[in-house]
Amino acid sequence: MSAPDALEYTSPVPTPTVVDVWHWLAEVPDPEIPAISIVDLGIVRAVALHRMALEADGPANIACVVTITPTYSGCPAMAAIAQSIEKILQLHGIAQVRIAMQLSPAWTTDWISDTGKIRLREYGIAPPAQQVIDISGISRASFKSRPAPVVACPLCGAVNTSCVSQFGSTSCKAQYRCLECMEPFDYFKPH
Amino acid sequence: MPNDKFNYLLRLGDNALILSQRLSQWCGKGPALEEDMALSNVALDLLGQARLWLAYAAEEEGRGRDEDQLAFLRDAHQFSNVLLVEQANGSYADTLVRQFLFDTWHYFLLQGLTASSDARIAGIAEKSLKEVSYHLRRSSDLMVRLGDGTRESQRKMQRAVDDIWMFTGEMMQSDALDAAMSAAGIAPDPAGVRASWLAHVSVIFDEATLNLPPTDAWMQKGGKQGVHTEHMGYLLAEMQFMQRAYPGAQW
Repeated sequence: MSAPDALEYTSPVPTPTVVDVWHWLAEVPDPEIPAISIVDLGIVRAVALHRMALEADGPANIACVVTITPTYSGCPAMAAIAQSIEKILQLHGIAQVRIAMQLSPAWTTDWISDTGKIRLREYGIAPPAQQVIDISGISRASFKSRPAPVVACPLCGAVNTSCVSQFGSTSCKAQYRCLECMEPFDYFKPH
Repeated sequence: MPNDKFNYLLRLGDNALILSQRLSQWCGKGPALEEDMALSNVALDLLGQARLWLAYAAEEEGRGRDEDQLAFLRDAHQFSNVLLVEQANGSYADTLVRQFLFDTWHYFLLQGLTASSDARIAGIAEKSLKEVSYHLRRSSDLMVRLGDGTRESQRKMQRAVDDIWMFTGEMMQSDALDAAMSAAGIAPDPAGVRASWLAHVSVIFDEATLNLPPTDAWMQKGGKQGVHTEHMGYLLAEMQFMQRAYPGAQW
């Protein structure tokens, strides 16, 4: 027998698809809320793949553009998120990675997936209780007349809770406390 | 003028940047933990917004500068923020009143900018408006709590209002640049913003049992044209120290 060709022993790495990339990104945790992935948080807007040379196959021939959106415009985690995306795609052999930022339409908590909301609750953060915040009326009187959202305690499930501050440990959260189990907790602001 | 949009974006960015810097000075010194966090959160939102505006300004200018260079390497006369935002933090009443008067204007300005003929400006405004609505809710609430609070808190809030009132006119006073932006459909007419601003301020002052100073009072101006109060140099000295001492330093 002649010496085997080295190539015979290396199974060719398949050319990744957009679906593959979404699966990989679904493994990337949010740096500030590691219980939830950046995909479940709704930060990833789009994935686009381009073959760099028409003839060649495999991830080394792929350039990938991942479009992300910030939750809050000053969110300091965006740089870390971009880095994590680059890292995981490079790990899978993608030759070129570019991160694009998209502002519009602006992110809202409606972008958080149902899985994401369950994970948030398990992590001790109350998921957003209402859909997008109504900003039509801003006088204090109009706030008073509007029923406050029912925020259930992520620890004991009680709905007897109160808002301590609209601003919390990160830009995307408010501080609440449970009036039943008396524990303080974070609430993911509807936005 | 070819540079009109650049100059207008600078105004938007500078207002957010300078107020963010002022609020950051409270970090670790707030009167209560929740207030400390709220101020830092608002400062962070404003910093993010400043970055979006200044990054666009830098691209619009097309001279190879980026948002960091615009923030850290300009001198006081090249900043075009309104005088209100550079005023000293003073007591907590001074900070809150300054914030409320700015938040109200900011909210209605951004609301107008969401209809901008410039899609990128509309996008940044839409994003910012969501954040600023939280800012305005908080500052409106605190105005009422402290205005309609104890005799002492009421006195301090009224004095803060009377002291800073002369810096509010500039926000809504139209100059040639405002007029050009408004005519081009890029920005709302400052007169329209003024009407909404005054309506909300009046409602909240009323609830807060605070006297609204005369609306035709004499007003300070100049910030938008780069003529600043004495506070500006000190503020920039602190904000820009690192880039001045170690040019090009990276985080």
